[in-house]
Amino acid sequence: MINNQDAVRLIDSKRDGSMIVPTMNANNVHFGLPTVTTDQSLDLPLSGAMGKASSLGLGLALAQPEKKCFILDGDGSLLMNLGALVTLANKAPKNLYHFLFNNGVYAVTGGQPIPGSGQTDWEEMAKAAGYAAVFSFDNLEDLTTGIDEVLAAEGPVFVHLAVEPEIENTPVQFRQRPSRTVLQAFQDLPEALGVR
Amino acid sequence: MTTHEAVLHPPALIAELKKNDITHIVWLPDSETNFMYQMLMAEPSIDLVPVCREGETMAIAAGLWVGGKKPVVLIQNTGIFESGDSIRGLGLDINQPLVMLIGYRGWTRRGPTPDSAARYIEHILHAWGLNYYLIETDEDADRISVAIAEAERTQRPVGVLIGAEFGSS
Repeated sequence: MINNQDAVRLIDSKRDGSMIVPTMNANNVHFGLPTVTTDQSLDLPLSGAMGKASSLGLGLALAQPEKKCFILDGDGSLLMNLGALVTLANKAPKNLYHFLFNNGVYAVTGGQPIPGSGQTDWEEMAKAAGYAAVFSFDNLEDLTTGIDEVLAAEGPVFVHLAVEPEIENTPVQFRQRPSRTVLQAFQDLPEALGVR
Repeated sequence: MTTHEAVLHPPALIAELKKNDITHIVWLPDSETNFMYQMLMAEPSIDLVPVCREGETMAIAAGLWVGGKKPVVLIQNTGIFESGDSIRGLGLDINQPLVMLIGYRGWTRRGPTPDSAARYIEHILHAWGLNYYLIETDEDADRISVAIAEAERTQRPVGVLIGAEFGSS
């Protein structure tokens, strides 16, 4: 399995000006840790909102078709918003890359298994929904070797990543809050894109 | 089948959306809006983004808006009930100036409505502190412009309740 931060670092190293929409385990700052991405001005982190990072990323990709958009999604998050696979494939933005960080658990609520943990076939679901290309990786070496092919493919691309669970079990009100809020990210991104 | 004479027609609303440079309608069709759908499909200046579930609409609209576009959402009041956490997290919490066109299923001025979708919707909007306007005829359509201006001025979502079925022309 792949370490979350290793995966985010690798994806970030290939971003080349791309926008990143991370949530849950892929959003390091959710745990009060420093971001591991290199350009926060083009990051649009989302916590909560019942799994809507995929929908948020779809809107962003449609608004900025000349720029790649990387969604760093969670498996529990996508389960909450499963229709988004079809919505996204239907609009089919060529600049959209949907990475699924599959750890099999609700990591931010103490590590309870998600429904279908270990048996849901995410790659087949993405194919059936109509994604243009689907990839899957379960170790960092293969992901490192394969990431260029992933990003050379025309979207919408779905990338399944088997990642290590990083469990958070502190009640929400006692967790360290990220220094950069979601609201701040929404205020910064339009300026970085030159649209406001 | 509609038997009464329609007093609300899609061109009146589409004209308001075009006047305000709306770029996208993120929507899930409801029983009142089929004529609207047919006209929007033929309207090249506005891109339709169909969704599977209404809670997606506010999130997609947030992405479009932060990326420089000017979307509205168009859903039924039943969809507002299912969209609560999206309105909270991707409307109110991020100060999104989002106009939500809401089909007012069950609305009537003639006696009590048996439809709980109509009975609860205004209470829900009040609970969130969301202002809203009612459209029932073509003459009311300019309230869309009022709602868009208010959303931009207050940086908050604003509702537009569509209280009549669309006619065919």
